[in-house]
Amino acid sequence: MRYGKKMNLRSLLCRFFVGILALTALIISIVPFIFMVLNSFKGKFEMLTKGVFSPPASLNLSNYQGVLAGGFVHYFINSILVLAVSLTLILFLGACAAYPLSRFHFLLNHMIYALIVACMAIPIHITLIPVFQMTKSVGIYDSLLALIGPNVAFALPISVFILTNFMKGIPLEIEESAEMDGCNKYRMFFSMILPLTKPGLSTLAIYNGVNIWNEFGFAYTLTQSVEKRTLPLAVWDFQGQYAMNTPMIMAVLTLTVLPMILLFIFAQDKLVKGMMSGAVKG
Amino acid sequence: MKVSTIPTALGRRRQNAVNRAAFVFLLPVAFIMVIFIFYPIVDSFLISTYKWNGINADRQFIGLANWLKLVQDKSFWYAFRNNVIIMVMSIIIQIPIGLAEATFLEYAGRKGTIFKVLWFIPMLMSSVAIGFLFTYALAANGGVISWISHLFGGGNIDLLGNQRMALFTVILVIAWQFTPFYMVYCMAAYTSIPTDIYEAAIIDGATKSQYFKMISLPLLMPSIKSAAILSMVGSLKYFDLIYVMTGGGPGTSTELMATYMYKNSFSQFNMGYGSAIAGGMFILITVISLVTMRLINAEGDAG
Repeated sequence: MRYGKKMNLRSLLCRFFVGILALTALIISIVPFIFMVLNSFKGKFEMLTKGVFSPPASLNLSNYQGVLAGGFVHYFINSILVLAVSLTLILFLGACAAYPLSRFHFLLNHMIYALIVACMAIPIHITLIPVFQMTKSVGIYDSLLALIGPNVAFALPISVFILTNFMKGIPLEIEESAEMDGCNKYRMFFSMILPLTKPGLSTLAIYNGVNIWNEFGFAYTLTQSVEKRTLPLAVWDFQGQYAMNTPMIMAVLTLTVLPMILLFIFAQDKLVKGMMSGAVKG
Repeated sequence: MKVSTIPTALGRRRQNAVNRAAFVFLLPVAFIMVIFIFYPIVDSFLISTYKWNGINADRQFIGLANWLKLVQDKSFWYAFRNNVIIMVMSIIIQIPIGLAEATFLEYAGRKGTIFKVLWFIPMLMSSVAIGFLFTYALAANGGVISWISHLFGGGNIDLLGNQRMALFTVILVIAWQFTPFYMVYCMAAYTSIPTDIYEAAIIDGATKSQYFKMISLPLLMPSIKSAAILSMVGSLKYFDLIYVMTGGGPGTSTELMATYMYKNSFSQFNMGYGSAIAGGMFILITVISLVTMRLINAEGDAG
């Protein structure tokens, strides 16, 4: 929006004041980040002797080498695997459920929809102990497989909600004319609705992807061994090993955030849009 | 679709086909949600009637004893109190700042891009990473706050180790984490206000602050209300960050329902009682969100 032409002293002061506030907010939001990246390049004692915001003496990559040699790649690969499988299931199954909920008339439609959407408020803790027991008795405790079910189940409510609203926006005529041509509901879904839902699916993929990438509660409860843990737990495990070596922990943190930062740099608009799609819930 | 309401043989057959298709499409989601959400909820309430460590097969039925203990458990209600404080403070801090940032970006237009990008940054980190980062950034020795204090000639400051300051500090860290979310939320809400309203108001001689007060704010109100509900439910479920950062401590000063439940179940292996805590948490969240939604909707009807 355009600024007005007249600019008196009062509005100048106002703008100055707003600018100061905006800068303050900006500094607060990035200082912890700077702290993290800057210190990740320092030696173990350098940080304490020279002060936390002094530039590192040299571009010291030994912390990163140590982290990568310490099995970090394992966590990373595990996270990718869990993410890929969970996300595929969430998007496909979510779209399957959203299709009849958005476009069919049948008994209980609104009730089923309300029930699914209401699940958004459910805390994972009410399911934690039974899921833990279930995982143990089925024999998949401490495996990546154990994480997929809960991840998918807790992402479905918001996904069904968003996809249902998205599919309501696809004109009904498309379907009606296809039906005249003798196309059944199943073919209609795969050949028309699913392709038309792509934009909705891609923003939803980002929203759910970020959440699954960062998921902690189930991963912490359902896995135990280093080989089977996902990225959020890498920090946890490294912390046990290097608690007193702050720069080392900062290197682990920087590495766990790196994929998100790359995503942000290369797909900023998509990411913000994805997060906005999560914002409409409620 | 309208054909199905006409009771003809053809209409009925069509409706049957639709029902069958709906069933097939909904089945997988229903299956997963029953296994991982609905059944566990029921099971949690069942487990809460036992004294059980969750590991051995022997468990002892004790009826409602866990629930009676829960109702009288001062630690649980103290944790609940902490959740409520975080809830209120989150709504008071995060939503207004988020709204202010979104408003700033709305007026600044393209020139505000750098602010948008950098304000968004905390959202890229997981709760766990934020928890660890702030544990170190707020450490008494080698932390940011102590560093600032040294600049002004002060000594080390230990915010997280101080019983009185810990909860307040945690609230600020949570605000750091979630304010960008509400910024994005308000940005989304702003895009739904048509620009010609702004033009019309400016032609009529409205100043920017008048426009914000009289037009933007009322139009944003429904979104702000749902943001508040979102923040509320989120605050009552809160777990990751606090578990990592303080573990509920020092003492019980930052204990939450979720951390209390987790410790009882998976550190002390008292899964019967842990289930009761989870059940209490579930009931409180459900009741509070239903009541709030009813209140907000009633208000909307009256207005």
